[in-house]
Amino acid sequence: MQRIDRLGVLLSFSGALALTLLPLVVFKANRIVPGEPRALLDLVPTAALALYFTLAVAAAVAVFIQSPRIRLLTALIGIAALAIAVASAADILTPAGNRVVRVAPGAGFWIVLIALGLLATDALTRLRPGPVLRVATLVVFLAATLAALGSGFFDDLSIMREYAVNATRFAHEAQRHLLLALGSLGAAVIVALPLGVLCHRQPRLRNAVLGVLNVVQTIPSIALFGILMAPLAAMALAFPALAALGLSGIGAAPAAIALFLYSLLPIVGNTVVGLGRVSPAAVDAARGMGLTAGQILRQIELPLALPTILTGIRIVLVQNIGLVTIAALIGGGGFGAFVFQGIGQTAIDLVLLGAIPTVVLAFSASVVLDALTDLTRRVPR
Amino acid sequence: MIQIDKLCKRYGESTVVDDVSMVIEPRTMTTIVGTSGSGKSTLLRMINRLVEPTSGRVLLDGNDTTAEPAYLLRRRIGYAIQGLGLFPHRTVADNIATVPRLLGWSAERVSARVTELLELFQLDPGLYAAKYPHELSGGQQQRVGVARALAAKPNVLLMDEPFGALDPIIRTKAQDDLLGIQRRFGTTIILVTHDIDEAFRLGDRVAVMSQGRLLQHDRPAALLTQPADPFVAQLTGSGDKSLKLLSLTTAGEVADQGIVTGPNVSWSMSLRNVLAELVWCGAAAATVVGPDGDPIGHVTLASILARGRQAR
Ligand SMILES: Nc1ncnc2c1ncn2[C@@H]1O[C@H](COP(=O)(O)OP(=O)(O)OP(=O)(O)O)[C@@H](O)[C@H]1O
Ligand SMILES: [Mg+2]
Repeated sequence: MQRIDRLGVLLSFSGALALTLLPLVVFKANRIVPGEPRALLDLVPTAALALYFTLAVAAAVAVFIQSPRIRLLTALIGIAALAIAVASAADILTPAGNRVVRVAPGAGFWIVLIALGLLATDALTRLRPGPVLRVATLVVFLAATLAALGSGFFDDLSIMREYAVNATRFAHEAQRHLLLALGSLGAAVIVALPLGVLCHRQPRLRNAVLGVLNVVQTIPSIALFGILMAPLAAMALAFPALAALGLSGIGAAPAAIALFLYSLLPIVGNTVVGLGRVSPAAVDAARGMGLTAGQILRQIELPLALPTILTGIRIVLVQNIGLVTIAALIGGGGFGAFVFQGIGQTAIDLVLLGAIPTVVLAFSASVVLDALTDLTRRVPR
Repeated sequence: MIQIDKLCKRYGESTVVDDVSMVIEPRTMTTIVGTSGSGKSTLLRMINRLVEPTSGRVLLDGNDTTAEPAYLLRRRIGYAIQGLGLFPHRTVADNIATVPRLLGWSAERVSARVTELLELFQLDPGLYAAKYPHELSGGQQQRVGVARALAAKPNVLLMDEPFGALDPIIRTKAQDDLLGIQRRFGTTIILVTHDIDEAFRLGDRVAVMSQGRLLQHDRPAALLTQPADPFVAQLTGSGDKSLKLLSLTTAGEVADQGIVTGPNVSWSMSLRNVLAELVWCGAAAATVVGPDGDPIGHVTLASILARGRQAR
C-alpha cells in the first residue's frame, strides 16, 4: 500500500492553489506603479509547459515518494524550472534597451518557491547530514545561486534591475551589514565570556548581572536606539576627539552599541548554563590530579561548555543580522537602508533587494554555527 | 610514610574532622570506614589539600605538605573518586595521560605508559585507547579511573569510594586487581569506604571514624578482638564476628604438615571459605595446594573452629 506524505499533500495543495489563483509574473510600466499579472503560458509556452510538468511531478513525488534523495532532487529541479520560466518571461516582456519597464516575480512565484524550499529542507533534514556535509551543501547552494545570478540570464528580473542600479552601494551596505553584525558579536564575546565565567563562580553576581541583562533584552530595538542617541550626541559634542573618530548620536555608533548590549545576555546566559552542566566529579578529579585553576577552566570547563556557548553565539549572530536592518533607521547602514528606502518610495523591488540578502545571511550564519556546535559536541547529552 | 598530626576541620560551628592523628606505614593499604557524614572524605581530602585543614598538619615522608604549592603536591599523589570524574571530552588514552603531561613527560614516554596501564587493567589498547568514557561499561570506566590515578607512578594513592557504583561481582574483581597492584608496586593506598567488608578485605589497617573522630586504627583482627569503642564493636558486627575473623586468614598461612583425605583448597582461600567448603563436602579436613598446584599441607575443621573462637 502506498503511504501518503502529509507534508507533501499540504505543500502540493498550497502550490496548486497559488498557481491557479495568483500570478507567477507581474508586469509594471515602471518601478513604483502596481503590477498587472501576466499569464506565463501566453508569454513563454515551452518554458511554462515544462514548469507545469516539473511541478506536477514534484507534487506527485512530495505526496507518494518517501525517499529523501528523490524528494530533494525534484524540489531542486522544480526551483530551477521556476526561476528559468520567470526569467524567460521577463526577457520576452522587456523591450530591448528599455530601463523603465519592470517584470517581477508574482505572489504565485513566491508561494511555489517557499513550498519547494520547504520540500527541499524537509528532505535534507531527513537525510541527517553531518555538520561538514551541511556546510558543504550550503556553500554549493550559495555558489550555484551566485553563478546563476552572475550569468546574466536573470538580469531582466526586477530585483536584478534594482541591483544593477545599486551595485556599488550594495557592496558597501553588505560590508557595513556584516561589520555591524560581526563586530558587535566579537565585542560581546570578549566581554560576555569572562563575565559568564565570573557569574558561574559567584552566584550573587550571577543574579545581578543576568537581571540587568534581562531588562536590556526587553527594551524594543527602536527604543534602545533612541535611548542611546541623546547621550552619544552629548558625548560627541563634549569630546571633539570622539566625534572625529566617528562617534555621533546617529549612525553606526548607537547601532553597534545597541547590538552589543543585546548580544550580552545570550552569551553570558549560555556560558553560565554550559559551565553549570560540567560534571562536578570531573572538576574535582582535575583539581585532585593537580591541574591549576586556569588549566581546569581552559582544559576541562570551557571545552565541555563550548557547545552550549556556541549555541548562544548562534542566537546572537542570527539576531544581530536581523537587527542591523533596523539600525538603518538611525543611519547605521546595512541592507536595511534598501528596505526603508524602498518602503519610502513604495518600490517593492528595492525592499526585496535589502530583505532577501538579510534572510540568506541569517540562514547561512545559523547553518554554519549549528555545524560548529555539533563538531564541538563530542559527548552525547 | 604519612603522618597525620592533630588534624581538625571546622565549617562554622560544626567540627567535621576532630583532632585526628594517625601514622600510615609505607607500602600498606589503609581503609577508612565509618557512617555517612563521619568525615572520611574530608580527612582524605586534607591529605592532598583539596580541603585545607583548620589546624594540624600532614607530613609526607617527613615533609610538611604545605611546603609546596598544592597543585604540585597533588601531581605526586594519585587520586581516584567515586563517579570517577573521567573527562568526558577526552579519550581514554588522554584521560590516563593527564598527570604525566602535566609533569612534562615526553610524548613517547606518555604513550608507552598509557599502553602499559591499559594492558595492566586488561583493556586492549588498540580497542580502548581512542574510545571516549561514555563508550565504556561502568567497570571499564572504573579501571580507567584507577589507571589514570596511577599514571605518573605515585607513591601514594588516595581513593574515595572508588568501587561504590559497581555490582558485587565486578566489585570483587576490582578489589582483587587493586590488591594485586598494591603488592606489585608497593603503593601506599588510603581508601575510603562505608562498606565494612570491603574495609576488612582490603585494609592492612582499618581506621574507624565516627562524628569526625578517629575511634580506632588497627589491624582488622584487632578491631574484632579488641574493639576500642562500642561503636567499633557494633560496626564490625556482633553476629558473624567469628566468620569475619576467619575471612582474614588464608589456608596457606595456617596449613599444618601432611596430606589428608578430603577436598583440595587453594592456599589463597580464606579460612571462612575453607569452612564453607568443608561443610558443603561433609569433610573434617582439607588438603591445601600451593600456587603451582602441589599439596603443601592441610587444615582441619577443628583447627578452623579454634581460630574462630578467639573472637569472643
Ligand atoms: N564544604 C563544606 N561545607 C560545610 N560542610 C561540609 C563541607 N564539606 C563537608 N561538610 C560536612 O562535613 C561532614 C563530613 O563530610 P564528609 O564528606 O567528610 O563525610 P563522609 O564520611 O565522606 O560521608 P559519605 O560517606 O556520605 O561520603 C558532613 O556532615 C558534611 O555535610
Ligand atoms: Mg565521602
